[in-house]
Amino acid sequence: METIIFYILAAIIILFAVASVTSRKILRAVIYLLFVLIGIAGLYFLVDYNFLAAIQLTVYGGGIIVLFIFAVLLIHHVELELEKTALKKKLIAGALSAAGLAVTLWAISTYPFPVTDTYTSVEVADIGLLLLSYEDGGFILPFEVISVLLVAVMIGAIVIAKGKKLTENN
Amino acid sequence: MIAGISIYDILTLTSILFFIGVYGFFTRENLITVLMSVELILNASAVNFVLINTYLYPDLLQGAVFSIFIIALAAAETALAIAIIINLYKLIYSVEVKDTETMKY
Repeated sequence: METIIFYILAAIIILFAVASVTSRKILRAVIYLLFVLIGIAGLYFLVDYNFLAAIQLTVYGGGIIVLFIFAVLLIHHVELELEKTALKKKLIAGALSAAGLAVTLWAISTYPFPVTDTYTSVEVADIGLLLLSYEDGGFILPFEVISVLLVAVMIGAIVIAKGKKLTENN
Repeated sequence: MIAGISIYDILTLTSILFFIGVYGFFTRENLITVLMSVELILNASAVNFVLINTYLYPDLLQGAVFSIFIIALAAAETALAIAIIINLYKLIYSVEVKDTETMKY
């Protein structure tokens, strides 16, 4: 059962990822990206990381997609079609990506991963305790650094998005 | 771990997702769609952290924590990049990569 669900999720993720990078209607590309992100949240649910799946759905599916849609609606007409990419560029990019994928897959398939068969379920409380632990291997410092970073980004985004028009200065 | 699915299947899936993102990064000519390809790449690596943690070290949580940090950084990066793109549109009325010269100083 889980095998079937995994393959369905994999098909959804790959199909919509391809659609998202090739679609010429930009708003549709954003919605295809949303489906990819939801499929990845499904993968997290499948390996029992419920907290991460919830984060994925709220931060990506909720926040980032809405940001993208707002940016698209502010900048483009909804019906606008993107320029066609030159075939030569597509071929070169496709060949480079395929070569990189081949090297990566070869490296993965030849490496003997020491997979263990034990299984422990993950509690949200454990993740929270690890994030706030200041003992050896605790993550309190990166946690604080990332909260400072988020404040800095918030202020920076407001300052940058407010910016003046260049035409007023000239 | 997922019953009946080996770690090789999952790493294959995330590698394909990563290189679809790389392909989009190369071919797209609009700043917003380039940013969407970067999101695909970041997501593929976040999934890798979680699944390698689950399959190889099920009693540890470090992979999940790194994945949370990746998601937070991706959100921050997207917010800032979209602010820059909107400002750029106000300056030059275009978000095509080839028109973007104003940021060079």
